[in-house]
Amino acid sequence: MADHSHGSPESTGVVARPGQGDVQKFQNPGLPPHRPRLADRDPRAEKRAERQVAILFLVSIIGTVLFFVGYFLIPLDETIETLRLQNLTLGLGTAFAMLGIGVGIVHWAKTLMPDHEVSEDRHEIRTEADRADAEKIINDIVEETGIKRRPLIRNTLLGAMLLAPLPAVFIFRDLGPLPGDALRHTYWDAGTRLARDPSGTPIKASDVTIGSAFHVIPEGLSDSEHYLEEKAKAVVLLMRLNPDSLNPSPGREDWGYQGIVAYSKICTHVGCPVALYEQQTHHLLCPCHQSTFDLTQECKVIFGPATRPLPQLPIAVDDEGYLIATSDFQEPVGPSFWERG
Amino acid sequence: MSSTTTQSTYQPKTNVGKITNYVDSRVGGSGIVKEFGRKIFPDHWTFMFGEVALYSFVILLLSGTFLTFFFDPSMAETHYEGSYIPLRGVEMSEAYATALNISFDVRGGLFMRQVHHWSALLFVAAVSVHMLRVFFTGAFRRPRELNWVVGCVLLILAMAAGFTGYSLPDDLLSGNGLRIIDGVIKAVPVVGTYISFFLFGGEFPGTVVIPRLYVLHILLIPAIILLMIVIHLFMVVTHKHTQFPGPGRTNDNVVGFPVGPVYAAKAGGFFFIVFGIIAAISAAFTINPIWNYGPYDPSPVSAGTQPDWYIGWVDGALRLMPGWIAGIPLEWNIPMPWGVNTLSLNVLLPALVPAGIVFTLMFAWPWIESWLTKDKREHHLLDRPRNAPFRTAVGVSGVVFYCVMWAAASSDLIATHFFVSLNDVTYWLRVLFFVGPIIGFMVAQRIALALQRKDREIALHGRETGRIVRLPHGEFIEVHEPLDEYKRYNLVNYESHSVLPAEADVNGHVTRTEKARGRLSRFFFEDRVAPVTPAELEAAHSHGHHDAIAEQHDKAAVSK
Ligand code: FES
Repeated sequence: MADHSHGSPESTGVVARPGQGDVQKFQNPGLPPHRPRLADRDPRAEKRAERQVAILFLVSIIGTVLFFVGYFLIPLDETIETLRLQNLTLGLGTAFAMLGIGVGIVHWAKTLMPDHEVSEDRHEIRTEADRADAEKIINDIVEETGIKRRPLIRNTLLGAMLLAPLPAVFIFRDLGPLPGDALRHTYWDAGTRLARDPSGTPIKASDVTIGSAFHVIPEGLSDSEHYLEEKAKAVVLLMRLNPDSLNPSPGREDWGYQGIVAYSKICTHVGCPVALYEQQTHHLLCPCHQSTFDLTQECKVIFGPATRPLPQLPIAVDDEGYLIATSDFQEPVGPSFWERG
Repeated sequence: MSSTTTQSTYQPKTNVGKITNYVDSRVGGSGIVKEFGRKIFPDHWTFMFGEVALYSFVILLLSGTFLTFFFDPSMAETHYEGSYIPLRGVEMSEAYATALNISFDVRGGLFMRQVHHWSALLFVAAVSVHMLRVFFTGAFRRPRELNWVVGCVLLILAMAAGFTGYSLPDDLLSGNGLRIIDGVIKAVPVVGTYISFFLFGGEFPGTVVIPRLYVLHILLIPAIILLMIVIHLFMVVTHKHTQFPGPGRTNDNVVGFPVGPVYAAKAGGFFFIVFGIIAAISAAFTINPIWNYGPYDPSPVSAGTQPDWYIGWVDGALRLMPGWIAGIPLEWNIPMPWGVNTLSLNVLLPALVPAGIVFTLMFAWPWIESWLTKDKREHHLLDRPRNAPFRTAVGVSGVVFYCVMWAAASSDLIATHFFVSLNDVTYWLRVLFFVGPIIGFMVAQRIALALQRKDREIALHGRETGRIVRLPHGEFIEVHEPLDEYKRYNLVNYESHSVLPAEADVNGHVTRTEKARGRLSRFFFEDRVAPVTPAELEAAHSHGHHDAIAEQHDKAAVSK
């Protein structure tokens, strides 16, 4: 086994010469001669390497001390600066503690431990004799169970094994309720006032100037039992444009009020909030995958991965001048799902 | 079995000897030491990525355990009362509040969070680079195909571990990440809506998803990863490590350093180095400053936020997909006897197809390659990437495919950074998505072949020394210095696959798959550079005239 490299620094040992032996393939010349390192020949270099390793281990000790300095001497006083400083000290302390040990050991291995490369034979992963034995054992085992001769046992066992895991699947049924029509309704209803997000104060039509945009939630949402779930469906963007630039389709002419329109803020792609309103172009942009919706074309998709326009919330104004919804959304908001239709 | 009857008569003299003898005679430690104490491991810098992956996983376990002592994965409402003043009194989940406490009120907590996050990023990166190394050097070939599969599983698990962890602090960013996942799940035909409701315990976001992800993140996924690592390393020991070809290295031996002391010292020391580097990064660079994002709220979202890097390519694929192609929507409402169902191809295709292609090819590659080359032999010697141009080209093509999607995940940053229109960036990336892998394939193949030709040149004629001499009859030539045998052996010692035309099977029939294999073989191996043979070298030496020979060899070697 362990055939150490042959040759010496002065002579190269066995080599293959061109044309010698096989003409198709070069012969393997064997391991190159071992070259001694400086520390192998010069005792002073050896001493130096030894000192370097020891210094690296000392660096590690200093690192550990540094960690404790940061831990005990830098008090956390509610400012982010001291937190940063402490994090830096603890981190650098740990880094030195670890690197000192790591670099020290590797340096030690490289300069002072033997650096002879050694060759070891590979063994067959399995020997033919083992294979034959194993095959015989398995055959004997199968034979002794008699499973091949008794199909009745085999088939009933198969059936039982196929059925037995089913409870393990079905027991997860109560992870959640069935969807029902939960995705088809939101908190909006006829008469619900439009309110500012997050303060919840209702919005008057006169507050909405041309060019402005509001992030809107239904009034009273904060009383909802399922605040986040309802909010995740109900958030709306409210904008006022010059009424001439809106082009409502038949039947949707009265869904806005004097150029004020409200659209679902939940992207029809995979549900991010469509948070960016470009006032100049009247485009709504979803920051997640850049779906772009054109407000002047009833939020039709003009760019990006979304396919459907943002659903519009029909709005009007009540007696006191507040904006109200005249109904819930007329289609499910947010990303598509199989049953959506 | 017979060993039970033999009673050792050895009497240890020292205390250490007594203890080791006590243990050894009961569990058989001698055998382990004999087997592993001097086991040989080949050494090469590229073999270290797997180690980095292993060590960063250990660091993940250590730092993660620390975090669990302070983190409460609950979505119950609470008011924040900790040290971070801007968020005081804000309503949030326990999960987010305790994550803030770890950062601001536990000494060293922020450091541990950063160590955990940075080592997670490093873990997935190291696994990926390690797999690239294994791929490009052909280390997956027989007998290591199954270990390659275990590695692929580990890559998927590493990404799953990262993603489940990313969602836990319940801040605005992670909540938006979850929402995207929810949207993708809902697009799945038939069962999507149900899976979404089961995962979130009702409607998004609900109150159960974080505790559920927590169990996956700290128990189930790490347990499976650990199991896979054990299997992986067990197979490494069974197979023994591969080695690069070179003088003294054959397919039947392993050349390297013995475990004790050199390899163990280097590998053990390297653990501390990896830990040290992660600690230094965590000390200096903030990652995921959750206090800036605020608690999850379905309404706000910030532009320019990025997922962790390993999720980027899937997110990028979602971005690249157009919702409409030439006026045709990619979401279809299909009338069924029971009503209308919706198929969202604009979400399904990018979420499933690229990942499906990448992972299918990855898992199946060892068998695809051996089918193509009909090479079913055991390989313990690695290929230099240039010496397997076809494989290198396929790999580069895959990497380009991945990188285009990855770049797409940052399309908005690219646009703002280089002052170009976001839409243009997307259009270009859509083109690159299809063209990039092809260009990558061709360029990589040409480069590999060119490097092989250069190797041939050097093997035959020696290194250019840069010394010009003038011959007596006036001609100038550059002196070439011949290689020593070892260096030359490095350049000539490889196998190059050549075209294997379709062959008839035992019945004299050429099957259709065999015909396809023949065509692919022609496509992949038509251009090849054969290794220098001793005969060629002799010819090169005996003929003085350099140019004539070079020409002649180019013709011989590059068979078109
Ligand atoms: S979620 Fe809006 S573009 Fe994807």
